[in-house]
Amino acid sequence: MLFTPEHEALRQTVRTLVEREINPYVDDWEAAELFPAHEVFKKLGQAGLLGVHKPVEHGGMGLDYSYATAMTEELGLIRCGAVPMAIGVQTDMATPALARYGSQELKREFLAPAIAGDAVACIGVSEPGAGSDVASIKTTARKNGGDYVIDGGKLWTTNGVQADWMCLLANTGEGPVHRNKTLICLPLKTKGVSVARKLKKIGMFASDTAQIHFDGVRVPQRYRVGEEGQGFVYQMQQFQEERLWGATSGLKAMEAVIEETIEYTRERKAFGQSILDNQVVHFRMAELQTEVEALRSLIYRAVEDYVGGADVTRLASMAKLKGGRLMREVADACLQYWGGMGYVWENRVSRFYRDGRLMSIGGGADEVMLQIICKLMGTLPSRRNR
Amino acid sequence: MKIMVPIKRVVDYNVKIRVKADGTGVDLNNVKMSMNPFDEIAVEEAIRLKEAGSATEIVAVSIGPQQAQETIRTALAMGADRGILIKTDTDAEPLTVAKLLKALCAEEKPGLVILGKQAIDNDCNQTGQMLAALLQWPQGTFASKLALSSGKLAVTREVDGGLQTVELNLPAIVTTDLRLNEPRYASLPNIMKAKKKPIDEKTPEALGIDTAPRLKTLKVVEPPKRQSGVKVKTVGELVDKLRNEVGII
Ligand SMILES: Cc1cc2nc3c(=O)[nH]c(=O)nc-3n(C[C@H](O)[C@H](O)[C@H](O)COP(=O)(O)OP(=O)(O)OC[C@H]3O[C@@H](n4cnc5c(N)ncnc54)[C@H](O)[C@@H]3O)c2cc1C
Repeated sequence: MLFTPEHEALRQTVRTLVEREINPYVDDWEAAELFPAHEVFKKLGQAGLLGVHKPVEHGGMGLDYSYATAMTEELGLIRCGAVPMAIGVQTDMATPALARYGSQELKREFLAPAIAGDAVACIGVSEPGAGSDVASIKTTARKNGGDYVIDGGKLWTTNGVQADWMCLLANTGEGPVHRNKTLICLPLKTKGVSVARKLKKIGMFASDTAQIHFDGVRVPQRYRVGEEGQGFVYQMQQFQEERLWGATSGLKAMEAVIEETIEYTRERKAFGQSILDNQVVHFRMAELQTEVEALRSLIYRAVEDYVGGADVTRLASMAKLKGGRLMREVADACLQYWGGMGYVWENRVSRFYRDGRLMSIGGGADEVMLQIICKLMGTLPSRRNR
Repeated sequence: MKIMVPIKRVVDYNVKIRVKADGTGVDLNNVKMSMNPFDEIAVEEAIRLKEAGSATEIVAVSIGPQQAQETIRTALAMGADRGILIKTDTDAEPLTVAKLLKALCAEEKPGLVILGKQAIDNDCNQTGQMLAALLQWPQGTFASKLALSSGKLAVTREVDGGLQTVELNLPAIVTTDLRLNEPRYASLPNIMKAKKKPIDEKTPEALGIDTAPRLKTLKVVEPPKRQSGVKVKTVGELVDKLRNEVGII
């Protein structure tokens, strides 16, 4: 992939913003188990960073996806997983389908403020009874006059406590499970929406992960994204960006952990030499860095195809799978060489160990990625044959 | 008023520099380069003057290789209006730079030139002063505050032991200190707009300036490794160590 001087300038702006507006506060936000999403998003919005790949008519920059990738990579320099994840939800998980299929009116009402950083968005797909198996969600949106009336609930909703609106996936008809769903923009201040609780997690502390209930929630039918019944298809498309985003955001985070581990083990002495001087240690670091570069190449290839207009489900799923696994490998290997210090709470490596673990679960678990890859390889047994 | 801001492309301040094995200089291979941080402050100050209505145009000038154009683009993305690249592959010395800038001032006729007080590569801290001398313009160096009113520029300078304020007639030369401002980061829309702003290219020859170095670098070495220190518990212990171990009092 060819990066231009403008890509580099964009990276520099993201780095400076992260250094100045985010990293100094990360420890406090982690301790408070919440970060001020509106405040941070406004700063990103003012710098033009929440709509890199979004249409110009609604405040976006209209640039190709390689620019979004350059930005996502630099978000890996944020010293926790929670804040970049929240930004990724806004730019690459809750808004791609709206940008692509939403009506002009809908984009004015929901996309433009998300790009400006005036509104926080979230994505409501997973439910208590359906995570990996998206098709089996139970939330319904029934037509009533000119409205939809929504009942059910969502679980694991990132940004859910602070968000202004949700990109909601709900069943709008009876028919086959892949053709009965619709994406709807749901303002979360609407009557009947209740945030049941903020979940206590093993990592991603600064991120507000919510459980949300819907009880007779009314929204006008014009809040529907694109066509009725196409929600599942749109969501699967939207997952391409979510998964590319996930893999990309991990690159620099992994490199930072490798680098800090090298620095620490270079200083730390045992048996008359630095820990790093043991071949098993410096070889391991070289091996991990090699894996990161290989992943980066896979991602760049996927992005290049995506920019060219191709469906990249295959490569994006592979990148997400490899990314999740490599995060775990890097975290575990590096933490080990910090010894007792690695087991300490306030250590970047231990935070990465906890935060990074999510990558193999969220946005489709590793096994779901494998399922998709197998399907595309023609090796997934069909249900009838099982 | 037109403001000219000379900017230098230097090794990024985050890079851990390494001296070349043959001791002829610093290894620049595959090293990230950026705008000299003091020059970023100069660009920022010029933009603020323009935003306050005190300036009408900002011209960013860089003297260096073709890649210095990227540094100029950074200034344009921050808010400078146009750029001039004086292309040379020799590492121009402060006096050469000052002569080139003087020649450019004759063409551009700026009301104010804001430079960084020094570049973080060679730390010379000479160019601004030399330029002021060559032009015979007043200078306010190490500025931590600028205030323009009725054609006069008040420059608050950071000097040993405090702050000194001087009042300059325009045109004038100012060099920036760290505390003058915090430079903005370029927004993405401005980065893309900067692509379309003009950058002129000139050569030292066309400006009639000889860039041949007058100084010869004999050897470049790494600073000696700092020994780790010790902590003392009391003043008495410190005095004892200074007297009996180090022997300096
Ligand atoms: C911190 C956090 C933030 C999240 N944010 C969001 C969000 O913003 N929006 C949203 O919609 N969702 C979100 N999620 C939900 C996430 O996408 C789901 O947790 C994920 O898809 C897995 O679903 P599940 O938890 O229901 O696991 P299940 O579907 O119950 O699966 C459990 C495990 O079973 C295994 N498994 C599943 N299917 C197969 C198979 N076919 N073959 C073999 N093994 C299989 C996998 O190992 C999987 O991890 C978030 C989750 C977390 C933890």
